Amino acid sequence: MEIPRHWRLKQQRYSLMGEVCPHCDHKIFPPRDVCPNCGREAKEAYAFSGKGEVYSYSTIYEAPSGYDANAPYTVAIVKLEEGPMITAQLTDLGDQAVEIGMPVEMVTRKMRNDGDERGLIVYGYKFRPRLSVQ
Amino acid sequence: MSDVVIAGIGQTKVGEHWEISLRELAFNAIRDAVKDSGGLKPQALFIGNMLAPNLSNQAHLGTLIAEYAGLTGIEAMTFEAAGASGGAALRQGYLSIASGMVDAALVVGVEKFTDKVGPEVDAALATTSDTDFEAVQGVTPASQAALLMQRYMHEYQVPCNGFAGFALTAHANGTGNPWAMYRKAIKPETYAKAEMVNDPLNLFDIAPNADGAAALVLTRRELLPTGFAHALVKVSGSASATDTLALHDRKDILWFETAGLSANKAMKQAGIVLDQINFFEYHDMFSIYAALQLEAVGFAVKGQGWKLAADNEIALKGKIPCATMGGLKARGFAGGATGVYQAVEAATQLRNQAGTNQIVNAKYGLIQSLGGPASTAISHVFERVQA
Repeated sequence: MEIPRHWRLKQQRYSLMGEVCPHCDHKIFPPRDVCPNCGREAKEAYAFSGKGEVYSYSTIYEAPSGYDANAPYTVAIVKLEEGPMITAQLTDLGDQAVEIGMPVEMVTRKMRNDGDERGLIVYGYKFRPRLSVQ
Repeated sequence: MSDVVIAGIGQTKVGEHWEISLRELAFNAIRDAVKDSGGLKPQALFIGNMLAPNLSNQAHLGTLIAEYAGLTGIEAMTFEAAGASGGAALRQGYLSIASGMVDAALVVGVEKFTDKVGPEVDAALATTSDTDFEAVQGVTPASQAALLMQRYMHEYQVPCNGFAGFALTAHANGTGNPWAMYRKAIKPETYAKAEMVNDPLNLFDIAPNADGAAALVLTRRELLPTGFAHALVKVSGSASATDTLALHDRKDILWFETAGLSANKAMKQAGIVLDQINFFEYHDMFSIYAALQLEAVGFAVKGQGWKLAADNEIALKGKIPCATMGGLKARGFAGGATGVYQAVEAATQLRNQAGTNQIVNAKYGLIQSLGGPASTAISHVFERVQA
């Protein structure tokens, strides 16, 4: 059980809350207090839109413990519209084949059970094919 | 600065050692290395281990192993840098001898994978990535490598089976290594038909997890016992570098920055250029890692590393022989022991003791140990010197 750990990350997990650097306007996810672009202090909160595209993907057949009940599942590196990349599972794919460049959007889903069947259920972000593409 | 030399080497066979514990594995390698050194008395023990607190429920390996090896009293501790733990321990051993603070150091890499199985091992390995932002998504090191390989194949239009050369070379070289887990060559068809683990990564793109331990005794040249029995191998360069822990935080995920940084620094210290390297022990945990290391170190241009393998240029008689004793793929991936296995194998080459796998007239070997997708890279240059 890691309740404080998951609780602490709720803003990132549920609403993609990151930071924007006040010095160079670089968008940062996950938040870190030193801007990876200019090296100066960055603490201003910034909510990401959750829209992005698939940069790379793979399907996992042999999952680690805690995830094996969901295998096979597809993971991706998603490039967010605001710049940063993020690692996440893809969901709601149906029969749709995944492709590099596919537009996706963030949704909140169950990630795993922490511990046994009575353990904490961890929720977080996954990405699904974008429903409304202009 | 006085020369740091390799006085002794020892290793266990890599494999599933159900009957041998973590401490016994380590001791077997230590015993052989100390004997090989002509009986030098180590004053310090530097251990490379990646996952014992998780896989074996055992931390505090320094004291455990020192005691078990009959060395109670000496300085001993563990160095952890994921898959680069062995390289990290070697670097600490090197620094201790080079500084003059220690006269004889034991560097031991040890990993006991088989006390846990399957999904538990995958979960343990995932702790070496960013737990909050990578592992929580059910991502493992193998799936990260698959993400890399997928993008690489897309950007550089690599054909299906384009990476086969890495596994073919490793397994061909494993046949000549008595300590290797796999000693059978494979055919291109075997690679082509292999089970998909994380597409496009198949079973033969992944090094097998297994138990193993390897050890080195380091000293300064003038402290070698009289009548030292081996050709002399010097540690001529040593360097380490870090990148972002999470793959997605890189500006360019297809560039292993640390591989280039640490190799260049180690070669500069050794006073050599890339052309002088006679063989390269890369960290082929996944075939895509091998390709990206060949590119970042400079043996191939960006996007062309896989071609060196496809064109057989990494074979023993190729332009730049790699994984000369089977690499991680055929010798086996013994976690934090890996960097020390690489060092033992490079020393074997430079001592001219590599048997059928001998690189003729080898003078310089480059070894590189990676933690994660080159989140850490630790490089060493070994040099054969006149006794």
